[in-house]
Amino acid sequence: MAFLLRGAHVVDPQLGCDQVLDVLVDGKSIAAVGEGLQAPEGAEVIEAAGKYLVPGLVDMHVHFRDPGFEYKETIYTGARAATKGGFSDVATMPNTSPVTDTGTGIRYQIDRARHANLVYVHPIGALTKGEKGEELAEIGDMLVEGACAFSDDGHGVQSAGMMRTCMAYVSQFGRAVLAHCEVESLTNHGVVNEGRASTRLGMFGWPALGEELEIQRDIDLARLTGCELHVCHISTARGLELVRAAKAEGLPVTCEVTPHHLFLTEENITESYNTNLKMNPPLRTAADAAALREGVCDGSIDCVVTDHAPHAAHEKECEFEIASFGTVGLECSLPLMLNNLVRKGHMSWQTLVEVMAVNPRRVLHLEPVRVEAGSAANLTLIDPERQVKVTPDFIESKSKNCAFLGMTLTGCATDVFVEGKHTLVDGEVAW
Amino acid sequence: MEEFKPKAVVMDDKAMRRALTRIAHEIVEHNEGAEHMGLVGVVRRGVPLANILACEIEEIEGIKPPVGRLDISFYRDDVMRQISPVLHATDIPFEVEGTNIILVDDVLYTGRTVRSALDALMDFGRPRTVQLAVMVDRGHRELPIRADYVGKNVPSSHEESVRVKMADFDGYDAVEIWDVECERAAKAAARQKAGGRD
Amino acid sequence: MLSVRNLIDTTSLTADDITQILDTARSFAEVNSRAIKKVPALRGRTIVNLFLEPSTRTRSSFELAEKRLSADSLNMSGSTSSVVKGESLADTIQTIAAMNVDMFVCRARLAGTPYLITQNTDAVVVNAGDGKHQHPTQALLDLFTIRENFGHLDGLKVAIVGDLDHSRVVGSLAPALKTMGADVTFVGPPTFQVSDPSWYGVTQTADLDSVLPEMDVVYMLRVQLERMEGAVIPSKREYNRLYGLDERRASLMKPEAIVCHPGPMNRGMEINTEVADGPRARILDQVNAGVAVRMAAMYLLLGGENNGISA
Repeated sequence: MAFLLRGAHVVDPQLGCDQVLDVLVDGKSIAAVGEGLQAPEGAEVIEAAGKYLVPGLVDMHVHFRDPGFEYKETIYTGARAATKGGFSDVATMPNTSPVTDTGTGIRYQIDRARHANLVYVHPIGALTKGEKGEELAEIGDMLVEGACAFSDDGHGVQSAGMMRTCMAYVSQFGRAVLAHCEVESLTNHGVVNEGRASTRLGMFGWPALGEELEIQRDIDLARLTGCELHVCHISTARGLELVRAAKAEGLPVTCEVTPHHLFLTEENITESYNTNLKMNPPLRTAADAAALREGVCDGSIDCVVTDHAPHAAHEKECEFEIASFGTVGLECSLPLMLNNLVRKGHMSWQTLVEVMAVNPRRVLHLEPVRVEAGSAANLTLIDPERQVKVTPDFIESKSKNCAFLGMTLTGCATDVFVEGKHTLVDGEVAW
Repeated sequence: MEEFKPKAVVMDDKAMRRALTRIAHEIVEHNEGAEHMGLVGVVRRGVPLANILACEIEEIEGIKPPVGRLDISFYRDDVMRQISPVLHATDIPFEVEGTNIILVDDVLYTGRTVRSALDALMDFGRPRTVQLAVMVDRGHRELPIRADYVGKNVPSSHEESVRVKMADFDGYDAVEIWDVECERAAKAAARQKAGGRD
Repeated sequence: MLSVRNLIDTTSLTADDITQILDTARSFAEVNSRAIKKVPALRGRTIVNLFLEPSTRTRSSFELAEKRLSADSLNMSGSTSSVVKGESLADTIQTIAAMNVDMFVCRARLAGTPYLITQNTDAVVVNAGDGKHQHPTQALLDLFTIRENFGHLDGLKVAIVGDLDHSRVVGSLAPALKTMGADVTFVGPPTFQVSDPSWYGVTQTADLDSVLPEMDVVYMLRVQLERMEGAVIPSKREYNRLYGLDERRASLMKPEAIVCHPGPMNRGMEINTEVADGPRARILDQVNAGVAVRMAAMYLLLGGENNGISA
């Protein structure tokens, strides 16, 4: 099947490309990029004037709950959510049940994803068996089966010695360790940011230091072991400063941020105890969010990820302190970035493409995707004017626990191509 | 500014005073003196009326019966529809048990206030008798209740309100008949003048 | 009429609301001093006391208040309700509410539970303590006790001393005192201090002795050992030595200053017997006020059309 995307504004910072062009997709790859391209016989022409065409977006931090918690999400429903949000690739965290800590677990996810036939699913393997932080998982085995990176996400590896072992071991493979940074002896019982929110709401606080201390530790371990370190869902201004300093030193350190930490703060949690705002790490102060927005716009933060965390209704429609942590995010991540940063001129389209498409592939050592002839046809077409209303119906995920419910956002993906397959068609998932 | 006036003034201060003097005599006659007697005014206007009656009885008998006050808010049968914005203290500084209680109120209308007052009174003990004295009986009873002592019978319609004005609250003594609508307008105007406080 | 439909926290109450509740409580205090301590004000109303966390004192006070208002009340506790059997709170509330209940009085281990109940029923909800968040009727009875003693609340200097961060009493009392114009100081060891005192608009210190001479009211908090999840103070003995209100410390207070405590007291820990039973103590007055204040709150919340339930 061939497609001609005509008159799209192509943005690809890898090529320094920022202009209106036609793109011809033939089979699994891009056949031609240029002006005034002719549609070959049988090709479907997509008029893309006014839209932006970029390398397929990647969300390198999602939880698809499969296997083990299929009542929250499956690889199929998660893939639909990702497609709806404009993504061609996702990386899934290993805190499934059983924990994805073997090659078999990696293979299972890849097979399921192939069956869903929507997005590429790149499984992330656990660092330690059962994510218990005690024994090394079969990292090499998982790598051979297709794991792209390694993480105990959901927990920090509490023992510095164990984390050193993990990072030293991973360093031989040239892959990144994705670190969920949380010193549990400091965050014990914490459900909201320590400070104003914990005082006001009468709940245990999750202090910023609980995150920052472990970021510092892991940066020091990266220096020691030479292992690539990617700091997950950074949430505080000081945490970002630590990463900036590490980069300045030349260490192999990158980091990511979620839309909820960019655009929501602890002040959004009111006396109505909206459990969709219960996150790990928690929503921080307005000053933290402002620093993170600055960091993502100036390139200090490498990637935007959703930490897409589906939970069933009964796990959220309960008391805040016992509700599950997290929000679904795949569907509104791009609209939030467009609505709040790009359309307001705070972030360039080039930077958007870097943080949502180019850098995640780099961190995960995936094959780069470029909008040029010969590259895999993984593309996202974005309409910066189309409005979306964040309602339960809009959310394709099996779970509707979205922190942004009720918002109206301008700008979203309308079409996605994955290896030439047209998976999102005018805003609707193709199958 | 519009002038709000009652439809009629049925008693002036002198007439009220004369009626209270008469009622005091009737109470003393009926009870053969003022021993073992206590007056209980229903908050608000029953209280000054009870005080005046106590003084009148003292004039006649040389003994001043004790006076108490009763707030019936908690005993009303319309709590579910409305509650009193301001509660006034109940204070009955004498033994109710075995006493002849003269319950004093300004206007007897449906009888519901008196019913509530009787319930409230019984929670203080078992009086020997309870007698009811009112300044005005305007008819339209909804319960089998009657007054023992009446200042004046004032036949009225539901579209009218009968008001006993007391110097303590209103600056003057009188019994007035108001058109309900006119009275509402007068109250609203007064509230506005007082600075918009409800 | 109160400006709120439910009594969830004191931060939502205006000074007028608080004054109205305290004034009404005076009338109920008079009722409570009668031989027959009962009025028919809430006859025919059904109140469910849903105690998801055990509390003998608060529950007794609410029960007595309900009985003296002639309401019909039903007690459900965490151990007898299905909440512990895996049924969600929402299910439990909807099930009880289906029986046409007028009011829920709720005590819970988790913050925000009373708000969650309001989302699952049309009945009026009164918070009888939720986690370490709020305990509004406790604050109101404290205010009542203090106002009865001084005749006013504005301008008073109040020290709240002890386990501030784990206390729902602080969560309700400090904002209510501020609303009524009192000046509040928090005193406790750093491991007990709240992380953001500026939210309350109070100053916070660890030096009790320097604060005592200034205060009109010294409010000693119970050290809630059951909430302390690990040792944040070394021992009862050391706490008493550093923060316990003993005779020497009481002697630093102004002659007319009073001592309050929400109970139950840990004698020999936050307060010593000679002070607890001494002339400054208003601790039994607080207990006594509890019934009248709860009667007032329930009467004002359930009377009239405030509750939205047709008569």
